Amino acid sequence: MNKTIIEIKDMKRDFVVGTETVHALRGVSFNIKEGEFVTIMGASGSGKSTLLNQLGCLDTPSSGEYWLDGHSVGEMNKNERSTIRNRKIGFVFQSYNLLSKTTAIENVELPLIYNPAFTAKERRQKAQEALESVGLKDRLYHKSNQMSGGQMQRVAIARALVNDPVLILADEATGNLDSRTAFEIIVLFQELYRKGRTIIFVTHNPELAAFSSRNIVLRDGKIIKDINNETIASAREVLEKMPKQEEN
Amino acid sequence: MNIGNLIKISFRALSNNKMRAFLTMLGIIIGVASVITMLAIGQGSKVSIQSQISEMGSNMIMIQPGAGMMGGVRQSASDMQSLKMEDYNAIREKVDYISLISPSVSSSGQFIFGSNNYPASISGVNTEYTEIRKLTVDEGNMFSDLQIKSSAKVCVIGQTIVKNLFTNGENPIGKVIRFNKTPFTVIGTLKAKGYNSMGMDQDNIVLAPYTTIQKRILAITYIQGIFASATTEGVTDKATEQISEILRANHKLKATDDDDFNIRSQEELSSMLTSTSDMMTILLACIAGISLLVGGIGIMNIMYVSVKERTREIGLRMSIGAKSKDILAQFLIEAILISFTGGIIGVILGVGASVIVNLTLSWPVSILPYSVFLSFLVCTVTGVFFGWYPAKTASELDPIEALRYE
Repeated sequence: MNKTIIEIKDMKRDFVVGTETVHALRGVSFNIKEGEFVTIMGASGSGKSTLLNQLGCLDTPSSGEYWLDGHSVGEMNKNERSTIRNRKIGFVFQSYNLLSKTTAIENVELPLIYNPAFTAKERRQKAQEALESVGLKDRLYHKSNQMSGGQMQRVAIARALVNDPVLILADEATGNLDSRTAFEIIVLFQELYRKGRTIIFVTHNPELAAFSSRNIVLRDGKIIKDINNETIASAREVLEKMPKQEEN
Repeated sequence: MNIGNLIKISFRALSNNKMRAFLTMLGIIIGVASVITMLAIGQGSKVSIQSQISEMGSNMIMIQPGAGMMGGVRQSASDMQSLKMEDYNAIREKVDYISLISPSVSSSGQFIFGSNNYPASISGVNTEYTEIRKLTVDEGNMFSDLQIKSSAKVCVIGQTIVKNLFTNGENPIGKVIRFNKTPFTVIGTLKAKGYNSMGMDQDNIVLAPYTTIQKRILAITYIQGIFASATTEGVTDKATEQISEILRANHKLKATDDDDFNIRSQEELSSMLTSTSDMMTILLACIAGISLLVGGIGIMNIMYVSVKERTREIGLRMSIGAKSKDILAQFLIEAILISFTGGIIGVILGVGASVIVNLTLSWPVSILPYSVFLSFLVCTVTGVFFGWYPAKTASELDPIEALRYE
């Protein structure tokens, strides 16, 4: 029995815009166990981004409970949430968010810099391992502006892995990529899933649900569908069937 | 998170964006350098004016007989006979605040040497006169006390006289020149002083023992004036007061009588010129203040913009675990690095520019320590503050908002 990483009970999040109150999340409850690959889907305005911010400890719920790896996030202050993000979560963003003009390895090191437990030498080594695991062994010292979108997203994934997080949180991680590169990234996520990583992949692209182990669909701040996917499609097979890009 | 790490992050961020860092620094560099240079030029002019005044002998006191009446006819000062050698001796002995004193009698006429002649006046003085007037003997010697006693027919001449009488470049020392009909042996020449700030040729001068002029030229026993030098510029007033008391007592003037002499000091001249240069300093300080302000606004803008445009970076750093204080510390260290480096380069450039102005335009410059300190302080403080302030705002943002910032 895998342990529960995420426990959400009746989470609500309201925003006050002017005089109106917007209910972005209207009571969401679910648990995620270690080693799951969950896609969270929904149209814009469904509360998907709000939920992502909650899961990423970037925001606190108006009411309800959120337990991440045994810690109650709702009761944390800003600094404590910074620390838990640093130790427990790896973010992958749609627009990569790499530091410009900075080498891949320095970008990957970044989360460890904010963790005093690591020495400079350990940081470098861990960053190197993370980059090797995403297939960028020969790109360690390339600067972010000298890389393609797919490569940059791999660097971002390496950055999300470097602190050994309990949860990898991807926000439209394939949104800025062409479909072939996007599938390459999905392949990478599936590899991580097979290695036992817990992944939450937020997307509005319904096609991607087939590649994950579980699919949660949101609408108007509520979960309308939460199903386990018994037959996970292989992204690699899809990739191999796709017409090869002209190598140039 | 330790400081060493933060410094490393800041340093890396700066070196990854050298152009941005340089442009930010440029505002500080120009601000600091321009203030230092301008104040150096201003102060240089002031100092040069002041030294010109003291070259003229700013502690000099001149005593002349007052232009009195003789039988209803107003007399010119040089014809008045009220100043006597006794007055000179009394002042010499009794006044505490003077260091040098010389009687003065003069006559004007034509100097003749060979076929050259030149009109000038001859001043009869004693040996202390050169020091009072800040004159220096170039070649030969000043006449001695012994020559004064013996009313020797010797003279020391200025460069204008040398040029006009010795047109063939002869050595004037030992030559005999005639003043009207009286022959004088030239025993020394004076170093050129050029024109003073009033446009008077200070080299058009002939000095002779006062006794010689009194006895052999003018045939008088009174003196036409007294030159004295106060011990310092500050005590000129006190010296003047004492001299006035002594002269009134010597001349037996009643309390109701007007002075029959004039005492003039260079104080008015000196205070006028100092106030001019003070005004110039104020003017320059205003320019400096304005350029500091403009420089400060420039620094403010570029710091503000360069932090603002990094809001997404701040959002990213926060989302992967940086605390607000980590962000703040990083940007503060960056601002300090930029401001201090810029400040130091500015000081070097400012000093360099002052030296170049001095060498190429030969303007007098004098670098004021306070201008270096002040401009450095203002620019770095502005730089640090406007690096810190937007960083503080950004570090207080939600990481979500910071990440979405366009």
